[in-house]
Amino acid sequence: MKRAANAASLPDIPENVRTAVLTVTARLKDQPGALLPVLHGVQAALGCIPEASVPLIARELNLSRADVHGVISFYHYFRSQPAGRRVIYLCRAESCQAMGAGALEKHVKQRLGVDFHGTTADGAFTLEPVYCLGNCACSPAMMVDDELQGRLTPAGFDAWLAAEKTVAGTT
Amino acid sequence: MSITVYVPRDAGALSLGAEAVAAAIAAGARQRAVDVRVVRNGSRGLYWLEPMVEVATADGRVAYGPVRPADVASLFEADFLHAGDHPLALGPTEDIAWLKSQQRLTFARVGVIDPRSLDDYRTHGGYRGLEAALKMSGADIVQALTDSGLRGRGGAAFPAGIKWKTCLDAQADRKYIVCNADEGDSGTYSDRMIMEGDPFVLIEGMTIAGLAVGASHGYIYLRVEYPHARQALQAAIASAEADGYLGDDVRGCGKPFRLEVRIAAGAYICGEETSLLESLEGRRGQVRCKPPLPAIEGLFGKPTVINNVVTLASVPTILDKGAAYYRDYGTGRSRGTLPLQLAGNLKRPGLVERAFGLTLRELVEDYGGGTASGRPLRAVQVGGPLGAYIPASQLDTPIDYEAFATIGGMLGHGGVVVFDDSVDMAAQARYAMEFCAIESCGKCTPCRIGSTRGVEVIDRIVAGNAAARERDEALLRDLCQTMLAGSLCALGGMAPFPVLSALDHFPEDFAGTADRTAS
Ligand SMILES: Cc1cc2nc3c(=O)[nH]c(=O)nc-3n(C[C@H](O)[C@H](O)[C@H](O)COP(=O)(O)O)c2cc1C
Ligand code: SF4
Ligand code: FES
Repeated sequence: MKRAANAASLPDIPENVRTAVLTVTARLKDQPGALLPVLHGVQAALGCIPEASVPLIARELNLSRADVHGVISFYHYFRSQPAGRRVIYLCRAESCQAMGAGALEKHVKQRLGVDFHGTTADGAFTLEPVYCLGNCACSPAMMVDDELQGRLTPAGFDAWLAAEKTVAGTT
Repeated sequence: MSITVYVPRDAGALSLGAEAVAAAIAAGARQRAVDVRVVRNGSRGLYWLEPMVEVATADGRVAYGPVRPADVASLFEADFLHAGDHPLALGPTEDIAWLKSQQRLTFARVGVIDPRSLDDYRTHGGYRGLEAALKMSGADIVQALTDSGLRGRGGAAFPAGIKWKTCLDAQADRKYIVCNADEGDSGTYSDRMIMEGDPFVLIEGMTIAGLAVGASHGYIYLRVEYPHARQALQAAIASAEADGYLGDDVRGCGKPFRLEVRIAAGAYICGEETSLLESLEGRRGQVRCKPPLPAIEGLFGKPTVINNVVTLASVPTILDKGAAYYRDYGTGRSRGTLPLQLAGNLKRPGLVERAFGLTLRELVEDYGGGTASGRPLRAVQVGGPLGAYIPASQLDTPIDYEAFATIGGMLGHGGVVVFDDSVDMAAQARYAMEFCAIESCGKCTPCRIGSTRGVEVIDRIVAGNAAARERDEALLRDLCQTMLAGSLCALGGMAPFPVLSALDHFPEDFAGTADRTAS
């Protein structure tokens, strides 16, 4: 019953979003507690979980839109807006603080010209805070995609950024 | 015969360039036409020496470190493949004093074996605990765990045997084993090292737990920040399935046990066990009221054992070597060993597994080598972001759950974060409140609102003058009491510990700028 009512009111949805959501839900929706795996799948496919995808996710999992919204907004990792091409997670937690993460944070923000949660004007990088990367024996730490950096200094960050830009420039 | 060279794939080692080192060694070997087999092990936990390269020789393994890609050519020239001398040579790995003095039970294989190889795991004593458990009744397994004195290593230090017994005694058509691999506490990385360096031991521990309480399905709730652990676990689960250690009929015993990795989404509170269960069920990670205990009504309403990675990874040793063997380590009510994680401002940070009873001073001075900066040590935060700041004058406290409670601290998950004298303790107190505000699940007012008020009050104290400070400090202490008393879980209930300890032990840092500029 609920399903039909939901489906009837399903608003317009971009084709790529529909395809991505349905691909993910077809694979995952029957497992118990499927919502988080589904959201991870959608974010991996689309880079974020766009507003437009919420009604369809809700319908496929037989949940209310409010439920889905509530979960997306609860978890720091999920995002509704697209991020930059690469997301830089910079650790702000205690072990890194003890090794100069505060100064590093200032430097990184200034270098990128953004605050936490911000995306650089060219759309290349989004900067996010993270509270420990489990690399506390090599503090300060930063993670970009699956690539982890340890004992990062401001100069080390600049070198990383320069290398990134070279790679981006050649592709 | 090929020569085996070990280059860690541990995330920490990778963060310092281990991948490039492994590639350089492989390329160097090709160039010189020597037959080298590069094994990607976990980390031995001597992080100041990572990437630490080891070579297997007739006389055992020898180590070199920290190795940068640029060092590889000279290592070949020094004939490191035959233990040749080199400025980075560390001698036989097992003889490195830092490692030799440890008592590695849970971490016995981490950094030693190839974490992708089930054969290597078995050759090094793996799955002996399960073989023993398969001959025992569930009740006997639980009894062995109780007798070992093992307490939860995730933070709350609750006796594991009691939890398992509660779940065993619960009647249900389905039960679950959940591994808490959310490892959110700053300064901790032992779970990560196990999962990356010896994933089979966690799988074995969970399988034993399943046999013990009669659970057929297990989940590993893994933080999203650990992609390398995820790969290691998934590879290990696939191998264990292929060899009949997981599946419908575990090693022909007639009982099923299946395992699945679920990825978290960056909320610290989801490390709290009931919040974790909510998250696994696909909801916001809001803390549940207890009772019911998860052991009686846990995941999907079914009896559930939920334990930390290190707790579960300690189980195989106990079943293999016996409860008494494990129990003989330790002191008082803190039995066995604790993998401590040295972090922050230390010369020699890394993983130290020792029996309970050594002192914090031995840890930070003998193992840690003092501060990396060379400046005086000022404060140590033990037990993650909710742990108290311990001043240098209390360094002789033994590593023991009860001893730490006596000084108003907690061991938690065993993280030890050292700060030198450049630390501003008012800023640390502010951060503790800010962290609580960011990570609060929002269920109780003292935690949700109190933490934000806490940040504001600390800001006022730091900006203000002596007269205002007295009033604001009273306000802050009052606020802390409200959070201590009125919070449902330890996030709001313990966030005041770092704040109050900073106030008590380092009051000078809270002198307002108005006064500081005046004096
Ligand atoms: C705010 C908060 C965060 C927690 N985070 C973790 C965590 O990341 N990992 C963990 O094992 N336990 C964590 N715990 C403790 C768990 O609630 C629970 O005690 C533990 O998973 C039980 O396993 P154990 O008995 O083996 O330690 C946390 C508790 C609280 C209150
Ligand atoms: S203390 Fe904070 S995190 Fe814990 S249940 Fe209450 S609001 Fe949630
Ligand atoms: S505190 Fe930064 S990696 Fe753990």
